[in-house]
Amino acid sequence: MNRLNELFQHKKEPLLSIYFTAGYPDLNSTLDIAEAIEKAGADFMEIGFPYSDPLADGPVIQNSSQKALQNGMNLTILFKQLKELRKRVSIPVLLMGYVNPVLQYGVKNFCDSCAAVGVDGVIVPDLPMVEYEEFYKDYFIDNAISNIFLVTPQTSEERIRKIDNLSNGFIYLLSSSSTTGKNLTVSNEADAYFSRIREMNLKNPTMIGFGISDQKSFNKAAEYTRGAIVGSAFVKFLDTENALQRIPEFINSIRP
Amino acid sequence: MNREFISSSVKWGVNPKGYFGDFGGAYIPEMLYPNVEQLRQQYLNIIYEPDFQEEFHNLLKDYVGRPSPLFHAERLSARYGTTIYLKREDLNHTGAHKINNTVGQILLAERLGKKRIIAETGAGQHGVATATVCALKGLECIIYMGEIDIERQAPNVARMKMMGAKVVPAVSGSKTLKDATNEAMRDWINNPIDTHYIIGSVVGPHPYPDMVARFQSIISEETKKQLFEKTGSENPDIVMACVGGGSNAMGMFYHFLDDQDVRLIAVEAAGLGVNSGESAATTLLGREGVLHGSRSILMQSDDGQVIEPYSISAGLDYPGIGPQHAHLFKQDRAEYVSITDDEAMQAGRLCSELEGIIPAIETAHALAQLEKMIFTGKESVVICLSGRGDKDLDTYMNYFNL
Repeated sequence: MNRLNELFQHKKEPLLSIYFTAGYPDLNSTLDIAEAIEKAGADFMEIGFPYSDPLADGPVIQNSSQKALQNGMNLTILFKQLKELRKRVSIPVLLMGYVNPVLQYGVKNFCDSCAAVGVDGVIVPDLPMVEYEEFYKDYFIDNAISNIFLVTPQTSEERIRKIDNLSNGFIYLLSSSSTTGKNLTVSNEADAYFSRIREMNLKNPTMIGFGISDQKSFNKAAEYTRGAIVGSAFVKFLDTENALQRIPEFINSIRP
Repeated sequence: MNREFISSSVKWGVNPKGYFGDFGGAYIPEMLYPNVEQLRQQYLNIIYEPDFQEEFHNLLKDYVGRPSPLFHAERLSARYGTTIYLKREDLNHTGAHKINNTVGQILLAERLGKKRIIAETGAGQHGVATATVCALKGLECIIYMGEIDIERQAPNVARMKMMGAKVVPAVSGSKTLKDATNEAMRDWINNPIDTHYIIGSVVGPHPYPDMVARFQSIISEETKKQLFEKTGSENPDIVMACVGGGSNAMGMFYHFLDDQDVRLIAVEAAGLGVNSGESAATTLLGREGVLHGSRSILMQSDDGQVIEPYSISAGLDYPGIGPQHAHLFKQDRAEYVSITDDEAMQAGRLCSELEGIIPAIETAHALAQLEKMIFTGKESVVICLSGRGDKDLDTYMNYFNL
């Protein structure tokens, strides 16, 4: 059982997770932001490792990724920075990014490095489920790393069951099929989708992400699931003046 | 079961898991899964239905103008001291091989009930070929094209607009083909129900590389018949084609893959030289990894960031190659060589002067390889003349100060 499993087991209130890109706005801002997110009261966080071709991302995270790469960020440097992670941050931490940097780093190496620095889970949206199951699952399990899968309104029930069986952490529900940074539209369709998932009684908890940007969308997500993930809205906020000091203000605006 | 289906090579074709040896697969986020999975389950059934085949072949004949001629290029043959044939894909409607694939995919999209077509384009040839079939079928068409390519390929942008397509500039990353591909994939993520993505090369997640290769395989199917008529033998000694993502090469190689005696030569763009830092010679400079949804060989940094390629030819300016090419390369079934900008430009001019055929600069890379080969005089060589050079006239004029 890792920190993520414990969090979902013990906390009953709606959970808030914050995403940001490692190495953005500055190469060495990663841990300062992580620490500030915890102090401001978020329940867990996702640290993105940048990739040159982030095809599931909208303009905000494309931009932060590109800037982070220009700043010199890569997985080797990130794991070096994260050596201090558990001296400064106690809430669960996930890494999120695309598969090619992980393949080049080596999947086993990557899982070992995650465990060594105290990372609890990983989200790699373009790592196919079948490859994960066939080749990589043991590296994750051996290191108690939760691999998080995405589900969209178009994902079939059969596939959701399969994802549920392979998951150990939570399942990441996309508010709609979209790239990151769009606004959650609370439609009848979305209602029906969230309700459908809730009624499946999955063994893993669920969180909603993509399009969560304010208190209203957060509350909506929390009606159906254990909570929500805020990404683009936070990355955009980091571009404002004195953002690091004002992180509590941001968190409060989502979940007072 | 008809001919195309049977002749997909067991050894070199795709396996049931969507791989060519170590390469291929579908490395896509969940948002793309339902569409790609639907294609995977249905593409073979749909494209080998008799009514699909009939419509496909009728359109290839009456609309595209197939079969494209196999031309014995006598003056080039004399120059290099061997027998050279050119497979004239430049004579297709819209001026390149790209339309073989878009005709196939538009019929597929219709049968899947899709109303909206998206595509990426580099030089604009695939964009034009897509806009063309969308006009033919009355479907909405959105083409993603790098902002930089829009500037340097103005005539093709105008052709697309003339046929009613919307051309959307890709402003992310390097603003060229790779980024246009990212933008098209983002569009598909955001439009998961009514949209079909017509990928223009043998790249992308399975089943695209195999599907596009099957549509392009008409090139080698015809070549075999035509060569037999001319020489009494279906097989030449050597088959050559240029490779960006690799669709004309895969179509040209397809029916020769199992004929081990036929030498297959794929010509990549070396740009300013393979060690110049300005190159697109993927097999020389790349390593195994994942790009645009499949495991293949790509140009990348040590930590897996995609490196911007360079070639004077927008159609070869791509940092990867299709997964089937990666397989042919790794297993030594085909030889992968590279040609610089300068070598290609000279070969393009030579072909123009000796044969009265102005080739696309992409194609000129394949022609340039002739300079590097030593012939006994007994070989027969087929080169895929993948496209015509009209779109490249500005580049040729500037280069040669004409």
